[in-house]
Amino acid sequence: MAANGQIKIFTLKIDGKDVSARSDQTVLQVCRENEFFIPTLCHLEGLSNIGACRLCMVEVAGQRKLLPACTTMVSEAMEVTTTNDKLAHYRKMTLELIFSERNHTCSVCVSNNHCELQFLSQKLGINHIRVPYRFPKFAVDASHPYFILDHNRCILCTRCVRVCDEIEGAHVWDVSGRGIQAKVITELNQPWGSADTCTQCGKCVNVCPVGALSEKGRSVAENTKRSGFLPYLTARRKEKI
Amino acid sequence: MPAYPVKVQPPTEDKRWGLVMATMKRHGYQSNAMIETLHTVQESFGFLDDDSLRFVSKALNVPLSKVYGVATFYHFFTLKPQGKHTCVICMGTACYVKGAGELMETIAKKYNVHPGETTDDGNLSLVTARCIGACGLAPAGVFDGEVNGKLTVADTLTKLTKWE
Repeated sequence: MAANGQIKIFTLKIDGKDVSARSDQTVLQVCRENEFFIPTLCHLEGLSNIGACRLCMVEVAGQRKLLPACTTMVSEAMEVTTTNDKLAHYRKMTLELIFSERNHTCSVCVSNNHCELQFLSQKLGINHIRVPYRFPKFAVDASHPYFILDHNRCILCTRCVRVCDEIEGAHVWDVSGRGIQAKVITELNQPWGSADTCTQCGKCVNVCPVGALSEKGRSVAENTKRSGFLPYLTARRKEKI
Repeated sequence: MPAYPVKVQPPTEDKRWGLVMATMKRHGYQSNAMIETLHTVQESFGFLDDDSLRFVSKALNVPLSKVYGVATFYHFFTLKPQGKHTCVICMGTACYVKGAGELMETIAKKYNVHPGETTDDGNLSLVTARCIGACGLAPAGVFDGEVNGKLTVADTLTKLTKWE
């Protein structure tokens, strides 16, 4: 964005095609608008971008490093490459690492057939994992009256943390520990059912891309997620301020 | 927004809460003083328990999960009381190459304690460090604040036996 706050129109090249974009847009937004496919897991329309999943990496001419499309703002005459062998290799490796980190077993998962991780793996052609699985031992928290938290399926995208903080305003969720010990927690790492600040709104469940958060008493086929209301809510919240 | 400073009473009558209150006051009860406040709690009490985390969260108007997240992210903070003696083994690259891993394993096995934890009798805390800046003395360790270099397994065990 320009220093005086005015929005400019930039022209940039994505995969050799000329496109125009507003200066307040991210590379990811422009790519999606122009129907270039970029896989994402942590990005969700209506939430802030943190560039955590590393799946939206793109090549920008003149930059040595790959850049995450969701947190890179567009600039004039930018040349972006969204698909090539190097990017495909990195994206596949990232997905494989996500699979190896926790216990992702699609056949017995509540999100089977409506899971973003599963969908992306099929789309990117993952057929085996080249790194050893870690098989960590994680408990399942079913203390909440309506929802279930299963750390075994969590990919630490922190969508639940952000939706609870940014949209619901409760900040029940956060990430404890660091590195391989990191996991999502409610309040003081206590059972979800005992968290007084939880409003039981279910937004975290609806934004979870995998089977880590699910609704109780629903069959696998019924455990669908819907997050289309988020941009609407964000706009309404802005209106109020 | 509540008017600041919010009157939140410390969980106990303990005089050390005065120090914690002073830190919060010095920063005008701003929520960004959380780390500074946790530092004071850690230094005055030796560890952070649930009550103190709840108190800091309430007094500074910071979500509980955020306080817990910060307290578990930084190695400086501990959620359990430290042991009577502390043994830090440097796991920096130089020390690791010179056998810090083996040292750690031997201690962990002998005292039945995982790195970052305290023995059941509360006598010994085994801590790892990411380079203590004494690479020339690798492998190095800190025993109750005293730095020792070029450690062998035998040296280390002799030192620890004295504490038993």
